[in-house]
Amino acid sequence: MTFRARALLWPAARHFLLSAGALVMLTPFIWMLSTASKPQTEIFSSDLHLIPYHFALWDNLRTAFAKADLWRYLLNGLIVTISIFGLQVLIALPAAYALAKLRFLGRDLLFALVMFCILIPPQATAIPVFLLLHKLGVLDSYAALVLPFTISVFGIFLMRQFFKTVPDDLIDAARMDGISEFGIVWRVMLPTAIPAVTAFGIFSVVAHWNDYFWPLIVLNSEHLQTPPLAVAHFRNNEAGTSYGPLMAAALVVIAPLVIAFLFAQRRFIEGITLTGIK
Amino acid sequence: MAAAPSPRAWVFAGRRPAARSAYALAAPAFGLMLLMLIGPLAAVIALSFTDYQLGAPSFAWIGLANYYEMFADRVFWISLKNTLTYVAIVVPGAVALGLGTALLIQSGAGLRSWYRTIYFLPVMATLIAMAIVWEFMLHPQFGLVNGLLRAAGLQGHSWLQDRGTALYALCVIGIWQATGFNMVLFLAGLVSIPKHLYDAADIDGAESAWSRFRLVTWPMLGPVTLFVVTISAIRSFQVFDAVQVLTKGGPSKSSEVLIYTMYTEGFEFFRSGYGAAVTVVFLAFVLLLTLLKSALGNREVHYA
Repeated sequence: MTFRARALLWPAARHFLLSAGALVMLTPFIWMLSTASKPQTEIFSSDLHLIPYHFALWDNLRTAFAKADLWRYLLNGLIVTISIFGLQVLIALPAAYALAKLRFLGRDLLFALVMFCILIPPQATAIPVFLLLHKLGVLDSYAALVLPFTISVFGIFLMRQFFKTVPDDLIDAARMDGISEFGIVWRVMLPTAIPAVTAFGIFSVVAHWNDYFWPLIVLNSEHLQTPPLAVAHFRNNEAGTSYGPLMAAALVVIAPLVIAFLFAQRRFIEGITLTGIK
Repeated sequence: MAAAPSPRAWVFAGRRPAARSAYALAAPAFGLMLLMLIGPLAAVIALSFTDYQLGAPSFAWIGLANYYEMFADRVFWISLKNTLTYVAIVVPGAVALGLGTALLIQSGAGLRSWYRTIYFLPVMATLIAMAIVWEFMLHPQFGLVNGLLRAAGLQGHSWLQDRGTALYALCVIGIWQATGFNMVLFLAGLVSIPKHLYDAADIDGAESAWSRFRLVTWPMLGPVTLFVVTISAIRSFQVFDAVQVLTKGGPSKSSEVLIYTMYTEGFEFFRSGYGAAVTVVFLAFVLLLTLLKSALGNREVHYA
């Protein structure tokens, strides 16, 4: 094979292989959309077709929203993820600043503890944390969904690494101006750290919007359900009978993050793979 | 003050106002760390030596009784074996596909971010919702998979309802979900390989794509690969969502996995002590993987 022929063939082979893989990756999304757009009779037929003969997406969405209070569940998801992220920042940033820029006895020990805690998988602490929330009497509430995640050791680690790169002069200047250490965290450090906080925010929101394990354990009440729990509940009630509305509900649950991702994919990829950079 | 403070400066640091505010700034975070992470970690180990059940008025230390019961339980061994099988399939699958995809994307200029976005989509999308989509695609009668098989003249299958295939169907979902994540980590690794190494390899006569991969790319990706393998393994050990919704560990325990066993014991039967013992086994594996990574990682440093 001549060099020229190879130079022409390789891009074609590359696109062929990558497109084939991309098709496999996309198939569940395509099939979800297709099924959500089909009326019952077309879903329960052995004749496979991608484009529905009769377009029923709006009917299926209407049914899904009628059978489950999806707006409420989306709102729950929003409340929980935003509360978790807000509290994580509120608690992690001051600690990260202290670890990065202040000298105090026990600092290295505390940082070693942070590094140790990063290694603890969330499932490992589930039983004791559940018992603790039970003792506090807050199971089956927003507090139960939010409290255990208010501490993000990974957030502390990440922000500490970032704060280390902030020049000391900036902090000294702020001290000269009479800003307290607490004020420095919010008025000097936070503004310089917006990119890192954004990346951490995406990481945190995606993780907790998609979390199924913890809400499943601590919730009983239907009206507190987060989106993943709601779609699983919908499936348990309806599976085998109404796949159209079920796929429509699944579509609604993944939509907010997927749309946000498509608009800012570089930032999302950066945020979600944060754990990969440490 | 000097860059490296004397021990004396450290001791007296406690009196300086900056140090006092340092403790105030760090206190909420470290209080919560003790309450939500370190305390519970110690508690789960302690609980595994008790017969505590949620709601019981009292409990007793029963030594290793939970562990004896666990090691005598057929379900525990099935669960452990299934988890290891899952890890042994998903890790190589998702690592190899992630690496392959990253290499293919990096080998040309066209449509790079387009492909990256598509392959990353499964990482983003709520796994529970997508697992339910997979369940419908695997539906014995009306599913896409069996429909395509029938169209190709092959026999369909009840993938999730058959004890011979349920775990493997879950593996496919796991690989589908993890590939994009690994791809992004490998892409970051590939980008950081200095171009002059390829030029040097060229001069040394490494002309084929394979020899360039073998001589430059693969050795330079060593540390990244090690990291991707460990993180994939730890994530695979945590498999739970799809199992809980699609198979409930069945049929006849064929897809029972460790975290699902912990969930049923700890949160459905409320046998906290026994559930804690299962958790300790899970923890031991995660710890082993972490140690393995740092042991190998230290050796790897010389090549990087």
